[in-house]
This record gives sequence, C-alpha cells and structure tokens, in this order.
Amino acid sequence: MRAVIGAAIAFFQLFYQSVYLALGQIWTNKTRSILTTIGIVIGVASVTAVIAALSGLKAKVLTMVETFGTNTIFITPRQPGKGRLRQPPDWWTFRFLPEHFDGMLEHCPSVARFSRVGGVGRRTIRAGERSVDNVEVLGIEPAYHQIESRPVVLGRTFSVIDDEQLRSVCLIDPKLRDELRLDRDCIGQSIRIGHHAFVIVGVIEPQPRLEVGESSEEYYEVFIPFRTIFKLGEPGIMAFAASKEASILEEAQAEIRFFLRRTRNIKPTELDTFRVESLQSALETFNKIALIVTLVAGGIVGISLLVGGVGIMNIMLVSVSERTREIGLRKAVGAKKSAILTQFLIESVVLCFIGGFIGIGFGQLLTMAIANIPKVELDMAYIPLWAIAISFGFAGSVGIFFGMFPAIKAARLDPIEALRHE
Amino acid sequence: MTAERAEKLIIRLQNVTKIYKIGVERIRALDGIDLQVRENEYAAVMGPSGSGKSTLMNVLGCLDRATEGFYELDGQDTTKMSDAALARIRNERIGFVFQTFELLGQLSALKNVEMPLIYSRNSWRSRRKRAKSVLQRVGLAGRLKHKPNQLSGGEKQRVAIARALVCNPSILLADEPTGNLDSKTSEGILALFDQLHREGQTIVIVTHEEHVACHAKRIIHMRDGRIYSDLPIEQDFVYKTAVQNDTRGKLS
Repeated sequence: MRAVIGAAIAFFQLFYQSVYLALGQIWTNKTRSILTTIGIVIGVASVTAVIAALSGLKAKVLTMVETFGTNTIFITPRQPGKGRLRQPPDWWTFRFLPEHFDGMLEHCPSVARFSRVGGVGRRTIRAGERSVDNVEVLGIEPAYHQIESRPVVLGRTFSVIDDEQLRSVCLIDPKLRDELRLDRDCIGQSIRIGHHAFVIVGVIEPQPRLEVGESSEEYYEVFIPFRTIFKLGEPGIMAFAASKEASILEEAQAEIRFFLRRTRNIKPTELDTFRVESLQSALETFNKIALIVTLVAGGIVGISLLVGGVGIMNIMLVSVSERTREIGLRKAVGAKKSAILTQFLIESVVLCFIGGFIGIGFGQLLTMAIANIPKVELDMAYIPLWAIAISFGFAGSVGIFFGMFPAIKAARLDPIEALRHE
Repeated sequence: MTAERAEKLIIRLQNVTKIYKIGVERIRALDGIDLQVRENEYAAVMGPSGSGKSTLMNVLGCLDRATEGFYELDGQDTTKMSDAALARIRNERIGFVFQTFELLGQLSALKNVEMPLIYSRNSWRSRRKRAKSVLQRVGLAGRLKHKPNQLSGGEKQRVAIARALVCNPSILLADEPTGNLDSKTSEGILALFDQLHREGQTIVIVTHEEHVACHAKRIIHMRDGRIYSDLPIEQDFVYKTAVQNDTRGKLS
C-alpha cells in the first residue's frame, strides 16, 4: 500500500515537474510557442464562436416560442413540395376560402379556438391631413386576440354583428395612432384605408418585436373584421389556431390537417396543399438546421485542429532534437522510457491547452462582436460551459495525438548517443 | 592488499567484450575485460582516446550492454536485465559525473539535484532534505536557488556531483570531471573526490590527465580495448614518474 502511494506521489512529482519544465520551455521560446499554437487558437476560437452564435439563436427562438405561446398553430396554403407561395397564380390555385374552416371547432376536439386572418397587403392610411404608408391591413376574428396574446387595451373587440354586417370598424395599434396624430383616446374617430372610411373601436396591444430576421423599419398594423376585408379586395387567407393544451399540440395539428384535407377535397393520393405548423415544429426545424451548421462548422474546426496539430508535432520534434542531451541525462540518472514519454506528452498537451485557453479568449471576443452586430438578432449569444469543456477536451486530444510521435522518438533515444549529441 | 580483499565486491567484470558494428566492419571496443572494484576503492582509468575507456565507463554505468561476458554490480547480474530494470539500477546504484556537467539550465541547483529522486521510488518523503544535505556536503549550502548560469564552472561540477550522490549510489562514475575546468578549480573538485573517498564512497574516474589520476589509489591503464596495467598507485609508473618530476614533492 505504501509502495503504491509512493509510486503515485512519484508520478505526481514527475507530472508536476513535467508541467513546470514545459511551461519553462514554452516561456523560453515565447514567439515560437505562440506561432505554434495559432492553429489550435483559431480552431478553438471558431468552434466556441459558432456554438455561442447557435446558443444565442436558440435562446432567442425559445424566448419567441414562449412569447407567442407554445400551443399556437399556423395554417397557411402551400404548393406541395415547395416553400412559401410567392407567385399569384399559385396563391390563386391553393388559396384558402373562408368556408374551408367552417365547422372546424366541432370536428377538431383538441383545438380550443381559431381565427381566420385575411390580408390584402400594405396600404396607405389617412387621417385628416396625415398619412402613413405601408400599413399592414388584416381581417381578423375575435379569437385572434387570445391566440396571439394581443388583447384590446382600449375600447372593444369586434362583435359578431361587426363581422356579419361587414361594418367598417377597425382596431389600431398605438404606434400608428401616434404617427397619425390621433387623440390618445381615439375611439370613435375615423381613418381612411384607400377610399373607405373606418371607425376606430379599439386600440390593440402592440406586436412584441421578437421575430428573427425582422427588419428594424417601422411596422404598423390596422385590424378590421374578417369579412369586412373583402371590401378592400380579394384577401389571402390563413388561420391561427390554439390547442387546448400545449401537450396535445400535435394531435390538434393532425386533426386540423385531416379536417382541411376533407374540406379542400384533397384525394388520398394527393399531397397537402397547405401547412399546419407550430413554433414547436419550427423549433425542430431550427434544431435540424443548427445540427447541420454545427456539423459543418465541426468539420472546418476539425481541419484547423488537424493543421494546428501538425504544427504542434513539428515543434515537438524540434524540441526533442534540441533537448537530446537533456533526454540522455535523464535516462542516465534513471528515467525510464515511460517517464520520458510522459514528460514530452505533457509538454505537448500543455502547449495545446495554452492554445485552447487563448482560443477561448478570442472566442469570447468574437462572441461579444457577434452579439453587438446590429439587426442580426444574436444579442443573446454566449459560450456555454460545455463548449469550453469540449474545446479543452479537443485541444488536449490533439496534444496527445500529435505529441505521441515526438514523445516516442524521445523515449527511444539511446542515452549514450543522446549525451554525445551536440 | 589482504585488507582490501575483505571489502565487499561492488563491480565484477568477467571477460567483457563490446563489439560495435559500423557498416560491415566490426570494432572491438572492449576485448575481454576482467575487472573487480571493491567497496571504498578509488580507481582511475587511463588510456589514449580510442582505448575503450569511455565504452568501459558506459558498460559500468549500465548505459550500454556488453556484447559478451558477465557484469555483476552489487552482486546482481546485469547482463540479462530489461531496459526498465537497468534504468532503476542507474537511478539507485550509479552516480554519473560528466565532463560537461549536464545541468538543466531552467532548474535551480536544488531542483537539478532533486531530479534523480523524481525517478526513484519511495524517496518522496525526504527528497528536499536529501538534496539539501548532499549540496551541503559538496560545499554549496549557500547556492540552492541559483540557476546553472549563475554558477561558476567549479560550482556547476559540484552541483553535478551532488546530483550523482543524491540517490546514495554504490559507485560514483566520473568521466573527465575536470576536463572543462581550470587547474585551480580542478584541484578543488579533486579535493572533493578525495573527501568523498575518505567518507567511504567508491569512485571510478576516467581521465587522460596524470595529475588527476594521481589522486586515485589505483590506476588502470587501457589500450585497444584491453587492460594492460592495473596496479595500486605506489607501484604505477605514471605515479612514479610524477613523483620523480615533482621536485617540490607536492603530490607525496
């Protein structure tokens, strides 16, 4: 037992002395060591920065999901096998009609509520002498407020009568109200959308500004009853729905999909002409993309670590050849092959750890830089602890892998020839 | 001689031959060496370059293996030992002193002396104490924290001797220990060897300088890989010549 403890302490001393010697060696050859570790520095800095950016993006997306509700479902028309519809003919072919959603609540037991939303694009709004361009005009149903967490803060919501009689009433967002210089309590005042006059019946909660990739330019909204929107033109229709519980979100999506396939007369062999999406499925998509980005970045980082490792190997070979006499002496005073091997491996690992340390420092700077790029929405970027652990793990592995050959070379030196070496 | 015979046998070489192959040529660096060194002997190995004295030193120090023959150190047969076992023998039983000191420049005198203990077992407890006491023994108690480049040549060699002694070796092997020192400093180092010899240390020293060899109690002459003279100092021709030439009688 005592011998075991003695051996363990002897190893620790060898370890400690090797680290001490390695640091001394690195300090003596500062410039050379720094240049050598650059490959590791770049590798570690880029891996931490990429992970930080993805972590920040993920945190952002999660915040968004929480803000918009975890049980919200988005229903949009899509051309089968293609992305979002852009071209009018497709829009026309696959557009939703209001009656597609008739009876949805009765047939979809997991769905708590839904609102059709009709859009006619951006219009110019006038009030007296003032006018504001590019205002989004949306036709909505009362359930919209609850699904999107945007209650009416002043005045009233639309009633069934507003909707059925196609009344020209509207809800306005506070920013637009201020832009149009309307009174704070603007209820009963009127605005004009194109040639139509609308009476303001309420003020709606402003939109939380969280959408990823949203431009920072001002964005205004006016809401009118869903059916009233048809007075302004043929609208593009989508729908927002909410499941009764977040846990049955997928059931709700499946029910909606089944229901809409029937109301849109899609044959069993045909593909869906719409999408039923939730932020959770968006999150899954995001995770897939994040994984791909991580793998690609990982590949690039792997290459730079490989290059860095070759640099480490090169410098360790130089070190072994410069210190041949030292190796000879150590062998003469009783160092076994394993002791010499350990010493040089530790030196190479210490070198790599120093590279890793500097790399994480640079990674932190890069992360701070990324977080401060305006309009990129990466302000939540941070380096998670596990990324630091992985970086050091990789740096250490590179040290061991690429330090092995020089260390073996050192361990195999013949002491007599090593001591004779000039 | 009879009193010496009673001493313990440290080194026993029997018909040791070392053959180097250089290309197709075979060089007999050692050719049938028989040698015995007893405890507390102080022997000098002399010979011109190429006589095989360095090879003998390497074999004695377990840095090199004999091609043929038998080498027993402290009663242990070293001829069939593994590399690791030989490393342990070098660590525990042999102290080397080199012409060029071979100190590690980054380490202080104390750390240089401690180094062999790091490779030994069970010496961790008293490591620093032993290193300090052995540095004191060689007269460097006040130089513990100095790095080699802050020490004089003589001090460097004293550190190297302390390092050789720190594991309490059975034998101290010195290869031209004064080769890089001026004559005054050399005398100091040789006085230290004399002192160690009086304290009971077994010493074998390789040199081609007569005044160095004359400090030993026994001189072994080599030529062409063979020992051709191995006598106590009083009977050795080199010593006799030196005494004759030294009118002031400094060496007597």
